[in-house]
Amino acid sequence: MTDVEIPTGTAAAEARRPSRTPVRGLRTRSRATAGSGRMAALLVSPTLLVLMIVVLYPTVMALRESLYGPKGLDPKTGFIRSTEPFVGLKNYADILGAAGDRFWNAFWNTTFFTVVTVGLETVIGVAMALIMHRAFSGRALVRAGILVPWAVPTAISALLWRWIFNSDGIANALIGHQILWTTEGFHAKVAVIVAEVWKTAPFIGLLVLAGLQVIPNEVYEAARIDGASALRRFWHITLPLVKPALLVAMLFRCMDALRMFDLPYILIGAQKNSVETLSMLAQNEASNVRFGPASAYAVLLFLYVFLVALAFVRLLGADLVGGTAGGRRKRTGLWFPRRAEVTV
Amino acid sequence: MTAMTSRGTTAKRRGRLLYVGVAAVVAYCLAPFYWMLVSSLRRTSDIFDTSLVPSPVSFENYRSLFGASQGFTRALLNSLVVAGITTVLALLLATFTAYAMARLEFRFKRLILTLVIATSMFPVVSIVVPLLKLFTDIGWINTYQAMIVPSMSFALPLAVWNLTTFFRQMPDELEHAAMVDGCTRGQAFRKVIIPLAAPGIFTTAIITFIAAWNEFLIALSMTNRPDMQTAPVAISKFTGATTYETPFGSQMAAGVLVTIPLVVMVLLFQRRIVAGLTAGAAK
Repeated sequence: MTDVEIPTGTAAAEARRPSRTPVRGLRTRSRATAGSGRMAALLVSPTLLVLMIVVLYPTVMALRESLYGPKGLDPKTGFIRSTEPFVGLKNYADILGAAGDRFWNAFWNTTFFTVVTVGLETVIGVAMALIMHRAFSGRALVRAGILVPWAVPTAISALLWRWIFNSDGIANALIGHQILWTTEGFHAKVAVIVAEVWKTAPFIGLLVLAGLQVIPNEVYEAARIDGASALRRFWHITLPLVKPALLVAMLFRCMDALRMFDLPYILIGAQKNSVETLSMLAQNEASNVRFGPASAYAVLLFLYVFLVALAFVRLLGADLVGGTAGGRRKRTGLWFPRRAEVTV
Repeated sequence: MTAMTSRGTTAKRRGRLLYVGVAAVVAYCLAPFYWMLVSSLRRTSDIFDTSLVPSPVSFENYRSLFGASQGFTRALLNSLVVAGITTVLALLLATFTAYAMARLEFRFKRLILTLVIATSMFPVVSIVVPLLKLFTDIGWINTYQAMIVPSMSFALPLAVWNLTTFFRQMPDELEHAAMVDGCTRGQAFRKVIIPLAAPGIFTTAIITFIAAWNEFLIALSMTNRPDMQTAPVAISKFTGATTYETPFGSQMAAGVLVTIPLVVMVLLFQRRIVAGLTAGAAK
């Protein structure tokens, strides 16, 4: 089984590239002979159907809903309307205009949390991965430990950190100051960031560790013989070689941070200016039955996430294949495409 | 001679430094969790104690959890139903789709895979808002299906992606051999691939279950009756005897109970879970 298994490592992938064309031809033929088109349709369509119902349909509904106003008194007739009036782009105009403060505040909070948490997570995650990669004894134990923050539900971790950041809690006892962490203010942002980074940095560490493990040791030995210092080896060998894995991890962390909800909602609370994110804003409006503005917020968040993802993938695509689109297609031919490449 | 001994001591020092680093990583990951465990084992009267070991150890918080007023047992059951059904449905659909993605050649395959993965990046709130309105209209609020259906939006892409990676890692020759021996592709799938992919399917099930179990936003929005809330929502809404007192002790105890099954699963299957996570690079 092992001798036919395809190695997924970067170096191994480079090495096998020349022999690809004949192998690929053979595979395509053998797969195609099975009359797979109809079978594929049969196997894939249930999933697509479900995704259409649970993702596409609500998205279209949100777009439509964001153009409608609330039920209530009709100013023209004086009667209570049973249907929602069409208001065009008024919800968006209101969000960006009159109620703009709340939207832009949430927008900047979301952006700030994303940039800071993903930045910190990357640094801490890479450091963790480097340590774990060197540690030979007890690696299983470390790996099990590192999975614990990932497994703790975000809602529970928010409660846990609210307890830690309590005014009489352990955090204040450790730093010897009385800070009311969970009240409005910059310290509330700090609390959210600390809790978020704790939960997700190990995850980045895990992915980077996987990337580190496929770098052949010979590369380091050669560099060491050439007299490269540890720092230079890290900067010129380790970092470029784990970059694909790291960027994919960062992309997914970014997408996750942009929709942050549970942590600030539980740790600090709803409708708190200093930590309100776009997700919280949309959910808050929806739970107050103001579906029009809520949908508009949801659509704006969706667009924002989409644009960031697009920017990231463009950046990633260039980095992964050295800039040429043709090279990218060739690269993903036989190999299972990396996750970021798939989204190009 | 001196050079050798000095190199020896540097190596030794570096080894010691590594141990310190490893200890720091483990402490970073486990210390907050340990604090949750310790706090849950204190009595209400000494909950603000900062000693590292609870003295005396008390199960007061755990006993109060299962008192009638909190409805914690019911919340656990709700979580189990929602996460369980979501996982089973997602796995059922994803196994077939992932097999097609990994093994068959068909048009729009890349496009479909791209779309499936793109949905996993989707902000959940963009789905919750319109569905909340829809479910209010059709009277689905406070039902299990109102939580299971939106959960599929992240569980299904996650499962498809992980399983596709697992199926890719299995050599094509397995089916070829089975088909040479007279199996149809369907039989080869059922009798050869599924049994051999069982570990992968199992791992995917664990990862999907954890994702569904940890879900908060959907469960919060789709329920307003305490008896339909899932455990994370219920715990976040625990109230103390008086309005001004947050029952941190029972919250920590409940947090431990909700997390322990996941931690045990993670410890038992850590090798496979890590393989699944890093191969799929999924949440």
